[in-house]
Amino acid sequence: MSPTTLFGLCGAALVGIGLYGLLTDSRLLRKIIAFNLVGSGVFLLFGVIARRGAAAELFGDPVPQALVITGIVVAFSATALAVALLLRLHEAGGGATFDTPADEAGVKRPDP
Amino acid sequence: MTLLAETVAPAAGGGWLVAAIIFPVVALLLAVAGGARFAARVGVLALPAGLAIAVAIADGVAKHGVLGYYVGGWAPPLGIALRADVLSAAMLVTTAIVASGAGLYALHDFGPPREPGGGRQTLGFWVSLLGAWAALNLAFVGRDLFNLYVALELLTFAAVPLVCLDGRAPTLQAALRYLLYALVGSVLYLLGAVLLYGAFGTLDVELLATVVRPEPAAWAAAALMTAGLLAKTALFPLHLWLPPAHAGAPPAASAVLSALVVKGSFFIVLRLWFDALPGLATAMAMQFIGLLGAGAILYGSALALRQSRLKLLVAYSTVAQIGYLFLVFPLAFDASAGRLVAGTALAGGLLQAVSHAFAKAAMFMSAGLVAVALGHDRIEGFGGLARARPVSLLAFALAGVSLVGLPPSGGFAAKWLLLSAAVESGQWWWAVVIVLGGLLTGAYLILVLMRALQEPAAPTASLRPVAAWREAVPLALALLAVLLGLAGLAPFQPGAGTGAVAAAEAFQ
Repeated sequence: MSPTTLFGLCGAALVGIGLYGLLTDSRLLRKIIAFNLVGSGVFLLFGVIARRGAAAELFGDPVPQALVITGIVVAFSATALAVALLLRLHEAGGGATFDTPADEAGVKRPDP
Repeated sequence: MTLLAETVAPAAGGGWLVAAIIFPVVALLLAVAGGARFAARVGVLALPAGLAIAVAIADGVAKHGVLGYYVGGWAPPLGIALRADVLSAAMLVTTAIVASGAGLYALHDFGPPREPGGGRQTLGFWVSLLGAWAALNLAFVGRDLFNLYVALELLTFAAVPLVCLDGRAPTLQAALRYLLYALVGSVLYLLGAVLLYGAFGTLDVELLATVVRPEPAAWAAAALMTAGLLAKTALFPLHLWLPPAHAGAPPAASAVLSALVVKGSFFIVLRLWFDALPGLATAMAMQFIGLLGAGAILYGSALALRQSRLKLLVAYSTVAQIGYLFLVFPLAFDASAGRLVAGTALAGGLLQAVSHAFAKAAMFMSAGLVAVALGHDRIEGFGGLARARPVSLLAFALAGVSLVGLPPSGGFAAKWLLLSAAVESGQWWWAVVIVLGGLLTGAYLILVLMRALQEPAAPTASLRPVAAWREAVPLALALLAVLLGLAGLAPFQPGAGTGAVAAAEAFQ
């Protein structure tokens, strides 16, 4: 088995495990971590494709490496936003899952 | 401007495309730097200027057919191309108009703070509005699939805070739910983009269209990207995040979310299938997307009928109206050629996207004013509203005319084009769905209007006052949605070559 195939399969496994976690685990923090697993799998695939040289028949293709850096920055910001929202939700008295709904949203009344 | 225009550009006027993206970002940075006291002023000044840029692009597209720009003078596949065609121009102008309307309307709730130290929500609103606007513009003119991924993510990051501006637990939960849906959607899109790059060595839309072959990698990529984008567009059955996201959001934020944000990812689905992978479409896949659209129309309308709160009724109506957008795919599929063909169906889809943006923004804003006046938005307590708040109710009803699809509204012209496409291509089952959806939409809107026209159960002396200019904004947007149909009424005027027919011809 060549290294690219091995890393490709690892990437696929990470995406699979992450998606499974996202769909089945109800705890929000676990969902955020699962999203990061999917992201890691995708970034690994980027690396595999860069190593393989893509369709350009180059030995090492720099374009996917440039893309993966942007991708990692975006995933990092997304995780930060999600964790910040989760912390605020915790402070505001919300549950750690979607199954424990916060008090029913009423229409926001204007201040008298 | 001159500096931008001097670099290598595939068509004249490409500098406007750069301006359309950079301008809202500059305004956003100024708003952040200036703080809450400054943010509303920056926003109010930036919105009309941005509208002027969008109109300049539309003018250029009308003259030259297409505007293009290579960022940094680098042509694809190494560089990134920006390009505006009829579709982009229509969406850019729509976005600028609706964002301006939302900004004006929001001046009351999110004006400069009166006491020092206040205005956290004000800053949040304007930064999110400007950010969403920049991301939408990028989504409309981007021609590189990775560039479009960045646009999608920026759009999500700008839209999520709009959901939870007040910071209460239910809205935070709705925002987190939306964020998770959107993140899964964009990571699936990114996975598809990697597969396309791995198989074909480019992410440029034009280049991809020439090299894509129907093979497993391309099918997997198309399926992943489409599924991800559908989750972001809130197409049934991936719509679960949308109604809670609207329940606690301020009306101006709801208007932006429902009218514009979901259209960004829909627009990328159009780009993907019509421009990048037109030869990859199969009859079965297109019928499946259409089936989800039909499910959205019927399920969304049925749930809208059962809502007791006006805001949620309008939110479920969005779920239903998004369904019409996806009927474009089966209707534009040419079975004999085995590919998607831009024509009547695409023109209908575009008109639906634009007229729904105006109508839904007007509807959320007038629903917001009704909620302010009454102190609640329970439909059963609407008695006497028609007499007390005639202008708000008129705006709501006019927007409803377009949503139902009564002539001469934009919604009518859109549904007429979709119906014609269904008849032309012999797919009568979609025509049945379109008509049934119109009837259901009429039913849930008439229920609201009947309540409002009834005599009040209790005296309505407790109504809070609402400034007249705030009622004018939704009324103007609703009138636009209705008048839009006059452009689309061209099919009924013999010899007329304007409006929707011209748009349909321009795509061919």
